[in-house]
Order: sequence, then C-alpha cells, then structure tokens
Amino acid sequence: MLKQTENIIEVSNLVKKFGNFTANDDLTFDVKQGEIFGFLGANGAGKTTTLKILSGLSYPTSGKVKVAGFDVYREREKVKKNIGYMSQKFSLYDDLTVKENIRFYGGIYGLPGKYIKEKTDELLRRLKMENIKDSLIKSLPLGWKQKIAFSVAIFHNPGIVFLDEPTGGVDPITRRDFWELIYEASYSGITVFVTTHYMDEAEYCDRVSIMDQGRIEAMDTPALLKKQYNAENMDEVFIRIARKQQL
Amino acid sequence: MRKILYILQKEFIQIFRDKTMLPMIFGVPIIQLVVLVHAATLEMKSIDMFVVDKDLSSLSAKLVNKFEGSPFYTISGRSFSITDANKEIENNKADVILHIPHGFERNLLREKSSEIQLQIDGINGTAASLINAYSTSVISDFNKNIIVELTQMPQLAEMEPIEIQTSYWYNPELNYKTYMLPGILVILVSIISLFMTAMNIVREKEMGTIEQINVTPIRKHEFIIGKLVPFMIIALFELALGLTIGKLFFHIPVVGSVGLLFGFVLVYLLVVLSIGLLISTLASTQQQVMFISFFFMLVFILMSGIFTPTESMPMWAQKVNIINPFYYFMRVIRMILLKGSRFWDISYEFFSLLIYGSFMLGLAVWRYRKVA
Repeated sequence: MLKQTENIIEVSNLVKKFGNFTANDDLTFDVKQGEIFGFLGANGAGKTTTLKILSGLSYPTSGKVKVAGFDVYREREKVKKNIGYMSQKFSLYDDLTVKENIRFYGGIYGLPGKYIKEKTDELLRRLKMENIKDSLIKSLPLGWKQKIAFSVAIFHNPGIVFLDEPTGGVDPITRRDFWELIYEASYSGITVFVTTHYMDEAEYCDRVSIMDQGRIEAMDTPALLKKQYNAENMDEVFIRIARKQQL
Repeated sequence: MRKILYILQKEFIQIFRDKTMLPMIFGVPIIQLVVLVHAATLEMKSIDMFVVDKDLSSLSAKLVNKFEGSPFYTISGRSFSITDANKEIENNKADVILHIPHGFERNLLREKSSEIQLQIDGINGTAASLINAYSTSVISDFNKNIIVELTQMPQLAEMEPIEIQTSYWYNPELNYKTYMLPGILVILVSIISLFMTAMNIVREKEMGTIEQINVTPIRKHEFIIGKLVPFMIIALFELALGLTIGKLFFHIPVVGSVGLLFGFVLVYLLVVLSIGLLISTLASTQQQVMFISFFFMLVFILMSGIFTPTESMPMWAQKVNIINPFYYFMRVIRMILLKGSRFWDISYEFFSLLIYGSFMLGLAVWRYRKVA
C-alpha cells in the first residue's frame, strides 16, 4: 500500500466535557493520508465522542482539530465536503429503495444527476446488488445494509471516511466482506478512520490507538503494539492495557 | 437549489409511500368536514320535554299540543308527580319539564293571568339557554292566540307596539354550516401543517438519519426549505379540497376572492410550519411532539373563535389571542368567504401574521442546529 506522510487529521490537546464528565481527556494524535486508522476502546471509552467532533457533529470543549486541512471550529462546512460518515446507528432511509437512497445522498452532496446515475449502476454491479436496486432498505439483511451505507458514505469521493462501529451485530463472514470494501476504498486513496471493539478487526488496520476512560493509552502499528506488550494478538494487548488501568 | 429538489423528491416519495399518509391526506378532511360540519351544530333539534299537567284543562292541553306540534320538541313522558319528572331529568331522559299547576285555566280566565313553570337541565349552559329561548317563544305565541280567543278581537294578535324585523347579514338564514365549515377548514389545514412537519423531522431524529444529513455540507436553509415546502403544498391542497367539498355539498358561499384567501394562507402557513419546526427542535421523540403539539393545538383551537365569539372572551384572553395564529385565520377565512372582504380589510391580520411568521421562522432556524 502506498504510504504518504502527509497528515490528513491533526488533533492536539482535544478535550470534550459533558458537565463534570470528561469524555475526551487531552487527546493528541495524527492520521496520515491513505492509512486505515483503528480507533479502539471499550464501550464508553469516548470513541464516538471523538468521531463526532472530527466529523463536525459536535464541538470540542478545547484543543485544536484539523481535518483534511480545515479547522473543525471555523471551517466546518468545508470539512463536511471532504468527509464521509457512517454511524453505528443505521443511517439509510428504511422506506426508500437502495437506488433512491444513493440518489438522495449523491444529490445533497451536489453531484450532477448523470454522474449519480452512472456511478450508481457501477456501484450496484460491484456490490452484486443489481437485482435488489429497487428493494426497500428495510427488506434487506443487516450486512447488506451496512455495505450499502458504507458505499453511500464514500459515494462523493471524500478524502477521508469515518466509520463508527460499522460491523456491529453481523457474523464474522459478513464482517470480512465488509473489510474487503474498506480495503478497496483505502486502495483508491481514501483515508479510513474506524472505531471498533472487535480486536480481530484491529489487526486489519495500519495503525491503531487504544482508548480507555477518555485517554489514548497506546498508539502504534498492530505488530509493534504486540511486541511492546509481549502479546500474541491484539486481544491480549487490549486486555493488558485495560488491566493496567484497573490496578 | 438543486439540492432542495433532491430533498423534495425524497420527501414526496416517503410521504406517498407511507400507508397511513394517503388516508390522512385524502380521507381525514372529507370525513372531518362531512361529519363535523353536521355534528358540531349549535341548533337544538330534539328537545325531550316531560310534561306535568296538573290542570288537565282544555287550555293546558292546547299548550302541550303546541309543544308537541313543534319539530323541535318530543314529549318524552307525562306524570302528575313533579318528583317523577325530576327523576327523568336526573336520569338524562328529559331536557326540560313543563309544569302546569292546578288552576291554570281558571286563573287565566278569571284573573287574566296565570303561571307555569319550566325546569331546564342546566348542565350544558348553551343548550339550556337555547331551550329557554325556544320554549319562551312557543309560549309567547300561545299567549297571543289566547288573547285573541279570550277577547275575540283578532286584530290584537297583529298589534305589536314595536315591530322588530331582524335581518342577518352575510349569513341571512343563520346557517350554522356556513359558519362551521370554514372554521373546520382552518383546523384541518393547521393540524396537517403543524403536526406533520414536527413529526417528520423528529422521525429523522429517531431513526438517526438526521445525523447523516448533518455530516453533509447541506445548508441549514436548504434542509429547512426542503422539509417545509412539501407540507405547505399538502396544506394548500387540503384547503382546495375542503373548499371544493364545501361548495359542492354544503353550498357555502364564496363571496370573496379565492386567490386572496390562498395568498393569505401562504403567510399563515409560514407561522404554523415554523411552529412545527420549532417543536421539532425541542422534542427528540415523536411522543414528545404529540404532547407538545396537542397542548398548543387545543389552546389555539378553543381560543380561535370557532365555537364562541372571541369578542366575548375576557380581555386577557383576547390579548393572548394575539399570538394565536388560528385566531387570525379563523377571522379571515370567514371574512373572505362570507363577507367578500378585500385585501385592505384583512391587511391587519395579513401583516400581523407576516411579522409573526418571520419571527417564528427566524427563531426556529436559529434553534435548529446541525451540531449537537
């Protein structure tokens, strides 16, 4: 995979507080263009909060955050043009068909109608979903919906895509398929920022950060992390970090 | 602009695909108009009268006959005991008791004067005063005939010191349908626009799709226009449908300009849709929307003047009506349809709503956040 050294996300001293509760405690990290960056942590560690700040859905309490070269405070709308986002809460319209969903999202990103049509056909061919293009989203199995949601999130060719636990609730084979799509997107140059709590998925990432109680406890490539914590797999790494916190 | 069209397209697909929406849009107005206009009447058609005739004379029989002959009264029963009669009222079997005491005819013939008693169920004040008015007019008619009979001077019947001739303008026959139908149209148009707008946006919140919209570079005004316009179109359609039904089946007069009415309604919808939008920014579930909007709609409807004239409300209530959009529309639709008012006549309401609407829209847009 081609690695570029340019930073597409720059976060320094990011703090997000909800009243007395600190969800993000002084986070500093960079994500390089083209990489698959895994954002790991237990439930409630503060992953989704960070993700919402990065994608312009939520304001940080303090700190500096730049996404795709734009400041998330002052240039939020410019940030939004350059990102894709797929939430853990399922985000397609249940009562629209596959095609209508794609057309709608393509449309509100301002893509030309003809382009939307052509790209939709190509996309459905690639996903092998041509025969369900006129089915309502609610009639499809969860794994399919997730694939479509991901494809919709990168339909406007963003520089970076944020995925918030994209594979929750599906079987390992479907998850594997989904990661194939992530790799494809990554090859085409899209930076992937993905939160997950499946540690096997962490192995697929170029770099991971592990969050616990609002802080980043570790950040490196999966191989180096395993070496550093003297672990067989990412599962062990994660447990060691979480244990350390409890002691 | 193109982005707005994509939103409109999506909204209309969703509205027409929703199986409960089409009956709502077409069925509800027809049913409401047909049923409510007939049901929400202030006329009394069948007054149940219980008769206690202790006189049993020819004159008392004549009086009872007079009531019996009226299309408004049904004699529900007779007895000699006033206790029985009271029971009938308590059991809701009678609305009014006609009590003719012993000696009624004798007193009338000898002393030229006699008394009878009416006891009216006063639980519903409006109905009670109507019964009183009807009964009084039947009795006074009876009175006149008695005078003629007793004096044998028919010219006395025609003699009235002052003759009152009433003519009612704009609704000469005092047809309550002419009055009620525009009122019900107001409620219909308002509910559709206020309630559905709020429900629609909050539904996106519940489904989580609003979050997906919020990460797109779409502008606030594009999204809001895309959300409000479909319900504006539906509301205008409802009004047209309602007017057509009113004209065809109830023959309501349309004296004024329909174009003026629709122009006014556009401004009115600005207010109501903005309130809907504002509610959607305050609520996070459809259930909350229901509670909030029912509260406002109930107050707005009851104070709008649909059943009771707003001029007879206490001063504070009339002041409160300044912020009741239903009140303005209720006045104006009746003014235009029944009276033929022109723009100049409704300009106060028009500009009030224009200012009100701009303010509410501003408030709602300001409250609507793409960022949590």
